[in-house]
Amino acid sequence: MKLRDSTLDGRRLAALIGKEGSQIARDPSTFLIAFVLPLILLFLFGYAVSLDTSRTRIALVVEDSSAPALGLAEAFRSSAYFEVTDSRSVGPVKALMVDGRIRGIVVIPQGFGAGVKSGEPPAIQIVTDGSQPNTAAFVGAYAEGVRQAWAASEGAASEGAQTGPAPPVQASTRFWFNPDLRSRYFLVPGSIAIVMTMIGTLLTALVVAREWERGTMEAIMATPISMAEFIASKVIPYFLLALVSMGLCTAIAVFAFHVPFRGSIPALLAIASAFLMPALGLGLFISASTKNQFVASQIALLTAFLPTFLLSGFIFEISSMPWPIRMITYAVPARYLIPSLQTVFLAGDFWGLILPNIAIMLGFGLLFFLLSFRVTRRSLD
Amino acid sequence: MRRLRAMIVKEIWAVLRDPKSRIVLVVPPLLQLFIFTFATTLDVKNANIGVYDRSGGAASVELVQRIAASSNFHDIRRLPSEEALARAVDEQKIIAALVIPEGFDRDVAAGRPATIGLILDGRRSNAAQIVAGYLQQIAAGVGAGTAPAAPAASGGSEVTNWYNPSLDYIWFTLPSLIAIIVSVAGLSVTSQTVARERELGTFDQLMVSPLRVYEILIGKMVPPLLVGMFNGTVYLIVAPLVFGVPFTGSLALFYLSLTVYMLALIGVGMLVSAASQTQQQAFLGSFLATTPLILLSGYASPIDNMPSWLQLVTYADPARYFLVIVQGLFLKAMPASAVWGQLWPLAIIACVTLSAAAWLFRARME
Repeated sequence: MKLRDSTLDGRRLAALIGKEGSQIARDPSTFLIAFVLPLILLFLFGYAVSLDTSRTRIALVVEDSSAPALGLAEAFRSSAYFEVTDSRSVGPVKALMVDGRIRGIVVIPQGFGAGVKSGEPPAIQIVTDGSQPNTAAFVGAYAEGVRQAWAASEGAASEGAQTGPAPPVQASTRFWFNPDLRSRYFLVPGSIAIVMTMIGTLLTALVVAREWERGTMEAIMATPISMAEFIASKVIPYFLLALVSMGLCTAIAVFAFHVPFRGSIPALLAIASAFLMPALGLGLFISASTKNQFVASQIALLTAFLPTFLLSGFIFEISSMPWPIRMITYAVPARYLIPSLQTVFLAGDFWGLILPNIAIMLGFGLLFFLLSFRVTRRSLD
Repeated sequence: MRRLRAMIVKEIWAVLRDPKSRIVLVVPPLLQLFIFTFATTLDVKNANIGVYDRSGGAASVELVQRIAASSNFHDIRRLPSEEALARAVDEQKIIAALVIPEGFDRDVAAGRPATIGLILDGRRSNAAQIVAGYLQQIAAGVGAGTAPAAPAASGGSEVTNWYNPSLDYIWFTLPSLIAIIVSVAGLSVTSQTVARERELGTFDQLMVSPLRVYEILIGKMVPPLLVGMFNGTVYLIVAPLVFGVPFTGSLALFYLSLTVYMLALIGVGMLVSAASQTQQQAFLGSFLATTPLILLSGYASPIDNMPSWLQLVTYADPARYFLVIVQGLFLKAMPASAVWGQLWPLAIIACVTLSAAAWLFRARME
């Protein structure tokens, strides 16, 4: 029994796609993945994952009761960056640090007021929770910022007191495409990449692995279907499903989360279609080489979902990774998807960035399809 | 008791029998350990930036040299025109562009305040903000070097970072990864157990066997528990030895917390498994459960940043408590009393999820 490789018969293909389509429509899990998952992801990325820092909880220990010390304490309490818990000494708030209920302690030391009068105030102490390095750096920098602002306003109020001049070279910053620096604006388009990976790779890998596991593959082999028809019948329905789901995500992103969409819909469709090629190809390849749903799901998770999440530049900057990992990212198709998506949403149709990325994604797609073609044929012989 | 032992042995075999699934249980966690640890950094290093220098004097050359000397930046591109600048930013060749205006050198030489322009790629607003901070610092340094000595800032502040003096990001990543990897592995193994038997038809055989429901359930709990313990132990050994992350707490508390956390997860996994008809549904269901579990735990972004109604939801997330415990046990020498404060909510969640799973399991059997 040998399948012809590359004949494509319209009627047979339509019948196969019809079969696959009704299988998709009947299985509640495809509904879960194509419609519920995008909603959950967008919701979580829209609300839960915010990289924009809000008020950080700190404890404030004021050891001095002079007017300047109380004034500085008041400056901390009214700061927009901190939510302050007062304490008489450092001892009792240590336990709060261990629990992670506060992320820093600011101590205004004894003799602070006297020091301010004599012109040599002692340094305030800032203790941070280093177990969360980013928050710790934030607390350190912003607590010092509060002190400086307070010192400047004190200096302006009482004449003669010296305050440092503004640094002679200043930078005026402008953030293009996202002037308010909302992390939601890049997280929500990024979650589209995750949804398409889930449908393209995970779902496809599971579906085809199930055919192998249950032995229905032999049944298909016994029919006059060609390899090309078989692969096309698996790819086309999931391709369409992924595009529908992508459309749903885009609509929610734009209408519910007010993420700007400055590019064009054809550009978005071109980018998404190009990414689905490697995604689907990888899914087929995994299923044909594992033939076991559990193993296929784990491998798909490892080779598709996690790289899309971690190695694509979606959340973590690729340039900051050590070079061996940077090399790995070049083999992650989502690496070429994320910048294109962020561009088409936030910036516009910059074809100079989009076209090369599309070309690379199509190249990966071709590679994965050829691989799965080979693996499937070998296992049929 | 003999029945139970037989059931446990059977379940362990079911997971370990297939050589492919044996590999899948061991290799991915190790790979994840190395890739995650190095990849998940929010620092910015090796960023490419552009310079559009319209001044070209000594001070602007010094500024560019200082930027080039910083390890945060990799490539400094000379941009000849505004158009070149716009194209480089648009196409993400650079994350930031420095515009040095015509009068810059004159102003610096005369001791007048000078301003440079900084254009950043807001599509990557997070990294761009960090880059902006670095560049502003460097620019201020150039001014301070050329201007007459600025008077020393009065007072100032002393910053001490507890638990992680040099704010090494790996010290945060590794302990948190234990929680993440244990969750992913534990949930996916548990959710497969019942669904697989149902799909293969062996579930009916279990039902007609003399095994009691609780015996079947306990048998199904053992493999994910062992997988979790194995992963946890690997991390516990690798983190201090390979990555130099200290483990300052008590081992007994670590394993106790890991067990309670695994039980809570297994409850969730069993619920998914009992609700699914096929392995495919079970897998996708467990994925659907894992995503909020991780994103609401405080690992991806601090819980304090979430809106307050969502902060309430995080109290139901077992990963939230376990994350505090592992971070505490690794870095903060967390005492038993503090661990207990996180452990009892975790135990309640475990009881709720396990009883719900047992109930659904029984309901599905009848």
